[in-house]
Amino acid sequence: MITEAVQERETYLNASYGLKSWLLTKDHKRIGLLYLGTITFFFFLGGIFATLIRLELLTPKGDLVSADIYNKLFTLHGVIMIFFFLIPSIPATLGNFFLPMMIGAKDLAFPRINLLSWYLLVIGGCFGIYAMLAGGVDTGWTFYVPYSSTYSNTYVVATGLGIFIAGFSSILTGLNFIVTVHRMRAPGMTWFRMPLFVWANYATALIQVLGTPVLAITLVLLICERSLHIGIFDPARGGDPILFQHLFWFYSHPAVYIMVLPGLGVVSELVSTFSKKPIFGYKFVAFSSVAIAVLGFLVWGHHMFVSGQSVYAGLAFSFLSYFVAIPSAIKVFNWTATLHKGSISYATPMLYAFGFIGLFTIGGLTGLFLACLGVDIHVHDTYFVVAHFHYIMVGGALMAYLGGLHYWWPKMTGRMYPEGFAKLSALTIYLGFNLTFFPQFILGYLGMPRRYWTYPDEFQVLHVMSTAGASVLAVGYVMPLIYFIWSLRYGEIAGPNPWGATGLEWKTASPPPAHNFDETPVVTTEAYDYAALEAANVG
Amino acid sequence: MLASHTETLALREQFETPAQQKEASSLGMWIFLVTEVMFFSGMFLAYTVYRAAFSQVFSVASNTLNVVIGAVNTSVLICSSFTMVLAVHAAQIGSRKLLILFLILTMLLGGVFLGVKAYEWNQKFEEHHVPGPTFHLDGTTQQGQAQLFFSLYFAMTGVHALHMVVGVGILLTLLIQAFAGRYTAEYNTPIDIAGLYWHFVDIVWIFLFPLLYLIGRHHH
Amino acid sequence: MGTELPLFPVEASTVAPQVDHLFFFLLAVAAFFTAAIFVTIFYFAIRYRRRSESEMPVPVHGVMALEITWSVIPFGLTMVMFAWGASVFFRASRPPDGAQQIYVVGKRWMWKLQHMEGQREINELHIPVGRPVKLTMTSEDVIHSFFVPAFRTKADVLPGRYTTTWFQPTKVGKYHLFCAQYCGTKHSAMIGWIYVMEPQDYQTWLSGGATGSLASTGEKLFQDLACSNCHHLNDQGRCPNLRNVFGSNVLLSDGRTIKADEGYIRESILNPSAKIVAGYQPIMPTFQGLVTEEGVLQLIEYIKSLTPKPVPAAPGTTTAVSPRKISKQ
Repeated sequence: MITEAVQERETYLNASYGLKSWLLTKDHKRIGLLYLGTITFFFFLGGIFATLIRLELLTPKGDLVSADIYNKLFTLHGVIMIFFFLIPSIPATLGNFFLPMMIGAKDLAFPRINLLSWYLLVIGGCFGIYAMLAGGVDTGWTFYVPYSSTYSNTYVVATGLGIFIAGFSSILTGLNFIVTVHRMRAPGMTWFRMPLFVWANYATALIQVLGTPVLAITLVLLICERSLHIGIFDPARGGDPILFQHLFWFYSHPAVYIMVLPGLGVVSELVSTFSKKPIFGYKFVAFSSVAIAVLGFLVWGHHMFVSGQSVYAGLAFSFLSYFVAIPSAIKVFNWTATLHKGSISYATPMLYAFGFIGLFTIGGLTGLFLACLGVDIHVHDTYFVVAHFHYIMVGGALMAYLGGLHYWWPKMTGRMYPEGFAKLSALTIYLGFNLTFFPQFILGYLGMPRRYWTYPDEFQVLHVMSTAGASVLAVGYVMPLIYFIWSLRYGEIAGPNPWGATGLEWKTASPPPAHNFDETPVVTTEAYDYAALEAANVG
Repeated sequence: MLASHTETLALREQFETPAQQKEASSLGMWIFLVTEVMFFSGMFLAYTVYRAAFSQVFSVASNTLNVVIGAVNTSVLICSSFTMVLAVHAAQIGSRKLLILFLILTMLLGGVFLGVKAYEWNQKFEEHHVPGPTFHLDGTTQQGQAQLFFSLYFAMTGVHALHMVVGVGILLTLLIQAFAGRYTAEYNTPIDIAGLYWHFVDIVWIFLFPLLYLIGRHHH
Repeated sequence: MGTELPLFPVEASTVAPQVDHLFFFLLAVAAFFTAAIFVTIFYFAIRYRRRSESEMPVPVHGVMALEITWSVIPFGLTMVMFAWGASVFFRASRPPDGAQQIYVVGKRWMWKLQHMEGQREINELHIPVGRPVKLTMTSEDVIHSFFVPAFRTKADVLPGRYTTTWFQPTKVGKYHLFCAQYCGTKHSAMIGWIYVMEPQDYQTWLSGGATGSLASTGEKLFQDLACSNCHHLNDQGRCPNLRNVFGSNVLLSDGRTIKADEGYIRESILNPSAKIVAGYQPIMPTFQGLVTEEGVLQLIEYIKSLTPKPVPAAPGTTTAVSPRKISKQ
């Protein structure tokens, strides 16, 4: 043991050095870190736009930036956060790193395609940044026609191309995960012994593979319409702008499940580990992920209740939208039941899990308001929607991502983050988040529309509250950036299993060796078997 | 990161057995083809919607397409799928000569298809059926709707042709490697999955042909 | 700086209380489940906090009865939400008979409204309290959305098509009108006011400043554009008789039968060769570019005036509608 500490143990980090060894790596763990750096960059870029938006909205008049700039700010905030941060986030970082390890594999099925998917995200991102620097895009991330095809004078095509390319990054990640889960599980790792994080990423991969190509063709048609005026969405030529909405939302609704499902998987891991109990209702939670993926494809029209689509289409989509709520509810109840008679630790990852469950519950319940035809007429395209999706995406997905990052940080880096600061920033984020977004529900029901640069005076107090919350939130996000980097050098050295977690990834050293396992593991226990873990430790 | 010395074509490092590798590659290609189906489906949906809305104009427009040429192209592609099957079989029995022969035949047939397509498109250009400022379709007053037909026609056949070009490129790569003796009866997965891709591109055409060329023909 | 803190919008239409009751039901359910989850988790997190590293909880893999209960009950609640919401939605989508017709044209970045009596308004709408109003709307450019929070109504406004919405104001006052579909630079300036007035005040307002009813403006346009050269308003002439056409079923040359609604009339003016009435030649020229969207609405209102208002049917009777046969000259 002592000699090991003196000699530098071979890990995936020091197995080879040099830029080329990273930029041409086939190691899923290194690729996960490449993604981590990339999406962190895009997160803070999108965050800067959010900051400017909230600063402008401090006052009813447009006095910080011009209307055109404001419109570009919210467009770029949405495009960057969705396509270049949230969609890749958990699968491409934590999923890439841990999915193979969790099932006992040496790597993903197609390591070179994995690397290609990272390059595609970067290249797509470059197009997006080019569009941003050249003058920006102001169509909203939803690119509705005819505004985006005929009227906007901004860099729609460049942005569309960037998203198109990044879409292929997402498709390839999904493809890789599906094949890996089907074909690369270690002996004894049956489907129902897999960690729920793997189930969640598998379900997400199904959506990525089936939905993203439809976004791709929609963007192609939009670009053709804008550049070649083919008329497919232009009423003057017989085209239909509502067709664009159907095509767009057919991907973009399942896309929100791409963004939140992996987070649901992370939370299952955190709740189990930090209660030292298997997840209550494992099969229900596993199947609920797949159910969300499938049902998520059937509800896109709930974004179009007031669009002019037929009343009967509205009925069908509202009905189906209520179905997709149930599997999420099932998860929340099962997590809660897991806590019962558990041994609950308040380590930072668990705080994020608690925060997630609370905020995802609120966000999900407000989705029921939006699925409700009678109410949606009033709150559609208002801040009520903005609040709803930020509760899910920021209060939910982002908090799960941060929770997962804290949880697996010692495994990835061999270092612990500072627990005190981490708890403080988790609390800061939670409070800042609620102050930012809860007032927006009220604003929305009052009638404050989305994407408004100026607004009537009576909405100001609520906007000031929201901006105050955003400044707290910003502080909360900067703190982990600082202490995670700090921990790389000064953090406490971590052992293989600081949390006492089950799962094959915790049986390797921290950081793991390049080839993951010295010998292919043979799995004989169910998932989340803490008794077996303890027996193994004692023996 | 260099491949470890134990990695070979027949067994890449991440796999335990060649059989696992082959199954994974095959499943990967099938999933990729599913994504391609979803990609084309957006255009098929748009076409279906507009055909239903503008059936008469679409019929007039469709009748200007040359059914004979379309049918010839269809049979060329079906033959090319047949030669591709023969290529896969040749690889499986380890016959390098037959593999090379059938790869070349498949590529030639693919090239014939693309050449005929180019000829068709040129015809359309001369008849002023290419959407744009010089577009005009006789037989209807609804030029906007007619242009929609041809926009979708060029988009769908164009994207299909692009996939064919990529397919021919893939076959060329395989051909070069077949010459180098890379494929044996034990290791021929790339031929197999290229075959899947080629068949898919063929099947897309099998849908495109009746949808685009054969609307309302029985009226004439 | 605004210092008010409004928390709930005023209810100013017949639909608003219906929407709000539904909203409060949803709120109650949401609050209940939020509280239940928060309280339970808070309680478990404290009661079962880790007291020593060696404690080993008893694993519990699941209880089927619980899974079923907490799936079925929420599902039942969501079905209630669906049904209730659908019913409010249906009522909010169907204007009552006899609703006063207002025409709306949205364009970047203003709302143009036309009363049947002839008044034109920009970014403002004056209406009397207590009477239902039906809006027929179109856009000259991109998609907009007509949103009045106090009425709880919203409908997208599309180019090339008519969409409709309706409301019956219940409270005199001044209410925000917002564009609720992003439409470019001045989207947030595409706002205005709905003025709901006492009936007498509305009459007073109506009598000032009109240049004649919308239908008569439309009639004038009909003549200025030379429509009357072909459409002689009787069964002679090379063109279909426009008397009684609005609202009837029209037989087309391709065999289809179509209802002559606002959209059909608009298309007949802007793209006449798209649908030819059976028995007639496609000789009508297009008026695309020669008439504005508001002009089209004026013509529609005129053509509507050529169809006498139907006598309300006695309860229990139905009127059979057959395609209008138009005799060729």
